[in-house]
Amino acid sequence: MTLTSSSRGVAAGPAVEPAPPLPTSRRASRLRIVALVVARKVAAALVVLWGAATVAFFAQLALPGDRATVILNIRAGQAQQRTAAELAPINAEYGLQHPVLQQYWDYLRGLVAGDFGTSYQQFRPVTSIIGEQLGATATLSVTAILFAWVLMVVWVTLTAGRGSRVGALGSLVDVVAAGLPAYWLGIILLLVFALGLRWFPVIGGTGVDGLILPALTLAIPLAGFMAQSTRAEFERALDQPFVISARMRGMSDWGVRLRHVLRHASIPAVTLSGWALGATLSGAVIVESIFSRPGIGSVLVSAVNSQDLPVVVGIVTLVAVFYVTANLIVDIAYTLIDPRLEAS
Amino acid sequence: MTAIRVTAIPTISTRLARLPWGLYAAGALVVLLGLAAIAPQLLATSDPYALDYPAALQAPSWAHWFGTDESGRDLYSRIVYGTRESLLIGLGAAGVGIVLALLLGSLAALAIKPAAVVVDRFVEVMFAFPALLLALLLIAIAGPSAATEIFAVGLGTAPGYARMIRGQVLAAKNSGYVEAATALGHSRARIVRAHILPNALRPLVAVFALSVGQSIVWASSLSFLGLGVAPPSSEWGALLDAGRAYITQAGWLVVVPGLVIVAVALAATTIGRHLQINLEKGER
Repeated sequence: MTLTSSSRGVAAGPAVEPAPPLPTSRRASRLRIVALVVARKVAAALVVLWGAATVAFFAQLALPGDRATVILNIRAGQAQQRTAAELAPINAEYGLQHPVLQQYWDYLRGLVAGDFGTSYQQFRPVTSIIGEQLGATATLSVTAILFAWVLMVVWVTLTAGRGSRVGALGSLVDVVAAGLPAYWLGIILLLVFALGLRWFPVIGGTGVDGLILPALTLAIPLAGFMAQSTRAEFERALDQPFVISARMRGMSDWGVRLRHVLRHASIPAVTLSGWALGATLSGAVIVESIFSRPGIGSVLVSAVNSQDLPVVVGIVTLVAVFYVTANLIVDIAYTLIDPRLEAS
Repeated sequence: MTAIRVTAIPTISTRLARLPWGLYAAGALVVLLGLAAIAPQLLATSDPYALDYPAALQAPSWAHWFGTDESGRDLYSRIVYGTRESLLIGLGAAGVGIVLALLLGSLAALAIKPAAVVVDRFVEVMFAFPALLLALLLIAIAGPSAATEIFAVGLGTAPGYARMIRGQVLAAKNSGYVEAATALGHSRARIVRAHILPNALRPLVAVFALSVGQSIVWASSLSFLGLGVAPPSSEWGALLDAGRAYITQAGWLVVVPGLVIVAVALAATTIGRHLQINLEKGER
């Protein structure tokens, strides 16, 4: 399972008693430490991004055969030998006459300036191809994450800490939901709600009612994943002293669950946010294909089919950038609110 | 005296009785799948390639348990005959993933400092790419085929497992028994071989079982997108891909193969989790 990383930001500091209110000098030193930690995290994220760009560049070199010939053949849709005269404009367009290291340097410079190269097939910059489609996928991804949170919170609040029978049912549903393949879940939803009950259109489009089923397809497995970690935390928090004291103050069970326990229990799910963004963006590849939705996922599939590597690499790199950035933000937010930092 | 002894040591049958029912179901499914993979003719009810156009797109019935496809082929028999290829792809991909992860994970934990840092960063970089996208990247380079599918899924899942293995190797490296072995003056190579690797790798059995389930799901996702094994084959993902065109008239062509994949993935997860818990108990 790919969840191992995301919780690593949580346990960063040593466990130390929360300090009493700080005098000004200590507050200044905390600020310095926080700034240092944040700078180090940003630097680490930049190194990862540089590595991702490097992988992306060398992936484009890995296409077997002479690159200019390959590009020309992909454009023409047929494989044949090309003359030097035919290849010259391609070499000039993609800078292939330069040594590899210079191409690499140019590629990195381009990325920093927001240039992801030129599509082999569509004769257009990759950024404009992605730009046209990114909105639809981003909407899908964000809606799916929202749905996942709602589903997860409702399900966990209803079933966690309710005795062993309900708890077992709850976690069984979590595990099954988390394991559902997107293509199958999507098709079941399509069959039941679009073809059977006719509540939603079969072919998505970009309207609101075309968004519900695709978003649910991504949200249900995601909710299962988040519920697994939230449930454990939820049941632990139910036994905490502050819950007992809240109950002694006469707070109702629902009040305790919603106002106190849920806030504690949702922390691990928050740390999964970066992962959730990556998961929904890559899951969009399948969901957009099922529901015939436009978006970077369907662009990616057709680009893989036609070996249009700049587009493939561009989308894959972009998702990696989103993933790393989201994780960095979660990580920094943690650093800022973690009261234990000044001790280290 | 002897009577007390007998009740105190759990016999095989009482130990079996304590296992959860889910594990029995998973085990039964694995046996069934093994049989289907080795000798599909024993389970199939008809020839998976026999065309029978008058019987095209029939809903599930007594004659055709899972219905028929657009050429009148029996879906149940096709699924049975597709088992071997589907399982081989799943096992192969899980194998590739674990071997890659083992290599990267133990290097990141055990290599000398600068090399370990480089490998560690590399794993982190690969981890930034979601598994499906990494797999698609490889397919874009190598072109779709069963072999590419195996390597693509293996490559996609490797970074996550590499991190897990790195953690386990590091935990073993910092444990008391390794400290003791160092104090006894054992060589580095011997400590790694005799102490660190066996202890760090024991949980891999469970990880492998989990990974087979995941790999089957990923591989069928690729076939579903038309980027894995192509439709004339009755590999489960290819069945899904072929059935998509008929989803409005014949939903079972997609629902049933999908259900089989979900069941297999769940069985692998159930067995993997059980192994994981048992291995952890053994360590305590």
